[in-house]
Amino acid sequence: MSSNIFILLRQELILSLLIFILLFIKIGKERGNESVLNLINGLLVVNLAVGLFGMSEGGIFNGMFTTNAFIVLEKNILNLALLIISMQSYAWLKNHKQLAEFYLLIFTSMLGMFFMISSGNLLMFYLGLEMSTIPLAAAANFDLAKRKSSEAAMKLILSSAFSSGILLMGISFLYGTTGTLSFDVLTAHITNNPMQIFAFILVVSGFAFKISAVPFHLWTADVYEGSPVAVTAFLSVVSKAAVLFTFTSILYKVFTPIATVWYSVLVVLSIATILIGNLFAIRQDNFKRFLAFSSIAQVGFILIGISGSAKAGSASLVYFVLIYVFSNLAAFGVVSVVSALAGKENISDFKGFYKTNPFLSWVLTIALFSLAGVPPTAGFFGKLFLMMAGAAKNNYGLIIFASLNMVVSFYYYLKVVKAIFMDENDAPIQKLSIPKITQLAMYICIAGIIITGLASLVYDYIYSLSIGI
Amino acid sequence: MNLSLLIILPLLTALLILLSKQLAQIRVIGLVGSIAQLGTASWLLKLYMDQRAAGNTATHLFETNAVWFKALNINYHIGIDGIALAMILLTSLIVVAGILVSWTMEKLSKEYFFLLVLLSMGAYGFFISLDLFTLFFFLEVAVIPKFLLIGIWGSGRKENSAMKLALMLMAGSALVFVGLMGIYYNTHTFDMVEIGKMGMSLGVQKFFFPFLFLGFGIFAALFPFHTWVPDGHASAPTAASMFLAGISMKLGGYGCLRMAALMPDAAHAYSWVIILLATIAIIYGAFATMMQTDLKYINAYSSISHCGFVILGIGMLNKTSINGAVIQMVSHGLMTALFFAAIGMIYSRTHTRMVAQLGGLLKAMPFISTVFVIAGLCSLGLPGFSGFVAEMTVFMGSWQNPDGVYRAATVISAASIVVTAVYILRATGRTIMGPISDEHALLSDASWNEKLAAGLLIIGILIIGLAPFLINQLIMPTTDFLMININKAITLK
Repeated sequence: MSSNIFILLRQELILSLLIFILLFIKIGKERGNESVLNLINGLLVVNLAVGLFGMSEGGIFNGMFTTNAFIVLEKNILNLALLIISMQSYAWLKNHKQLAEFYLLIFTSMLGMFFMISSGNLLMFYLGLEMSTIPLAAAANFDLAKRKSSEAAMKLILSSAFSSGILLMGISFLYGTTGTLSFDVLTAHITNNPMQIFAFILVVSGFAFKISAVPFHLWTADVYEGSPVAVTAFLSVVSKAAVLFTFTSILYKVFTPIATVWYSVLVVLSIATILIGNLFAIRQDNFKRFLAFSSIAQVGFILIGISGSAKAGSASLVYFVLIYVFSNLAAFGVVSVVSALAGKENISDFKGFYKTNPFLSWVLTIALFSLAGVPPTAGFFGKLFLMMAGAAKNNYGLIIFASLNMVVSFYYYLKVVKAIFMDENDAPIQKLSIPKITQLAMYICIAGIIITGLASLVYDYIYSLSIGI
Repeated sequence: MNLSLLIILPLLTALLILLSKQLAQIRVIGLVGSIAQLGTASWLLKLYMDQRAAGNTATHLFETNAVWFKALNINYHIGIDGIALAMILLTSLIVVAGILVSWTMEKLSKEYFFLLVLLSMGAYGFFISLDLFTLFFFLEVAVIPKFLLIGIWGSGRKENSAMKLALMLMAGSALVFVGLMGIYYNTHTFDMVEIGKMGMSLGVQKFFFPFLFLGFGIFAALFPFHTWVPDGHASAPTAASMFLAGISMKLGGYGCLRMAALMPDAAHAYSWVIILLATIAIIYGAFATMMQTDLKYINAYSSISHCGFVILGIGMLNKTSINGAVIQMVSHGLMTALFFAAIGMIYSRTHTRMVAQLGGLLKAMPFISTVFVIAGLCSLGLPGFSGFVAEMTVFMGSWQNPDGVYRAATVISAASIVVTAVYILRATGRTIMGPISDEHALLSDASWNEKLAAGLLIIGILIIGLAPFLINQLIMPTTDFLMININKAITLK
């Protein structure tokens, strides 16, 4: 039994181990930042590798913590994203004084997410959620000299607290009407009881805050803009993905009896999210704000996928998130390098970028095409499969709306491409020398963008693990 | 023969171009690659005709069917019939010509040739696909190269035109996608062959056909979604214009034809709408051309008119008219490519495309002027050139439809030829004849690569024009087969 715990909890345990190592690095002898960074990146590779081999299924702590192959896969994707983010922030962290603390916060947040994804009980879920959010707010403040960074941290913690409050209220209503918090038992007790529907709406609102679905998105742009690029990338990819994974599994596991209710809630949310995300993304000039709004629109598409059939829905969600990790992080990687080395974060600064930085330009372009959903990049497949999963409900109005909105999103992504390749600029960003390790991360992203789509075995693998209702 | 070669060859060429360093190397790789494509396509033609002569009556030859996304029942299913083969030949011919006329391109030449080859890959993949998902995939693959080609190497308001083109084509694909979803969730497959056998209920067809037809129609410059055509063509660099008009617009026409065959009931039900839109496009395109003063705009607007004939032929839904539509696609592809090539040659020397500023070019550049005249005459449908054969067949087919309204549409469309004659003769006359300005008198004639490119396209035009039975032999069995499906729908009614 005890060895079993080690296998089931291996991803969490290794992450905790990393946190301890970090503490020792911090109190140990003073070293150069670069050697510490290399060490951490090496450890992250180990962290990723531990999750990769061997599947395990089961629950421990009386069903509080459950895991299976699909959940391990989800955690692996998050680990991969963490590794890529870490590799890409090399240029920024190289000169940062509080490097170890930064990783400490991010790792702790990650650990919280792992517990949240694996939770089999609303209490455990809430614990994981809080554990993942609070360190992030501190990390958002990590551009210590910038006032905007502190503002972002403040906004993040306040809005998180607010949404957690709503979520808790929903959870307590659920507890009040059913007398249990365990997922397995809850399902049997959920009916069309108005109190439970109300509780459900509250829970969904709490989730909608975390994944910044409209109308709960207002904190997103400011927080993304103010935080350091690495934290923004973490927030927009890892944290969002973790909450989406949990959201989906709770929808499919717990709220199956009221599937018709959550279907209509998801449709309304997704329509509002896509529309508002798209319309606001068009007007942005700050690259991080731009990616913030575009990621809001992406969440709208994800919600469409989730709203469809369960098996295809969760498979296409995980598939899309994997692709999103590669594409969004490739884009953030370029922004991060440019921000750290040239100090520029606006789209208009990227005019004529191709003349001076062809490599970065291609990386950014491919990433944006993947986000827009243009073949042969993986984004095309990801978006299409989401919509195919959604179309299973034969709601063609929604599909028409979504595919026309893809054209709108195409417009703003192409505007950036246009700035890079076509616009003239007398003073373009100078030629940047990218750290080797960041370059490697970009190659990984590009390879991911191309292979994940065309090689069908990735999707087939995810689909085979996916569990539906 | 494995048809995947048609995708692998361009892909390989594109990769080699990316790896090469010098300009000369890039050009040679591009040319060799495109000639290899032409060779493959011709070899394919020979094999195809041999098989047919040997009595192989399967609808699609050289089929390959591999599972792609097993969970979603998406297959990589490829194969060709006569119509697809005609399109492949057209594409390969234009690719060679396009590479040849871009020989002197020096601005970012690596990226330029890379994108051209990528565009051709999208077109080949589209024409050989028998699975709707693969078809859709390649349709969209071809959009981005167009955007970049126009936006980076174009002239005039290039960014605007590029954006307009890309967005309108993406909107077209969005509509196609909705239609595909409809088909998929009613038949649970993307395989066109299977869907053709299964059929769909009239209600489903009537709901989803408009999405598919309009979606592909945007690519084929169907009125009122033609607005990307003039700006896009006019702003594009020469080779990109040739690809756009010669290949890309054909993706739309070919898609429309396939969809009509796939959903024959709906095609019948909506045929009056299709014909109405096509007739408007023909007449509107012709009159709009008369108002143009820029050579590229003249050709672009006349393309709207000419592509109207393709849609008209499809909308009439009989054997002769569909045959005519296919021949018109090939003919128009060759002819506009030639036209744009000639305009490009003139522009690169005189640095103007305005008819008013040109004149007497025959004296300075006899070869280019001759090419220009040939393209013009083909466009206005002079017997002996492909345009005549194509338009004639479409009209003959349309006239077979005894309904009064359809007859009226035929007459009106046929009358547009007069307008065509007016603008073509006026443009060629003013450009070629008359006094030449002093600065233009010293300009050089076509170089070897330009001569070769034009020669290739002219040969294609003449083969169709002088020996129309050759292309008929190729496409007729396929149209026969399409008609079985389409007629079934009529008799059921």
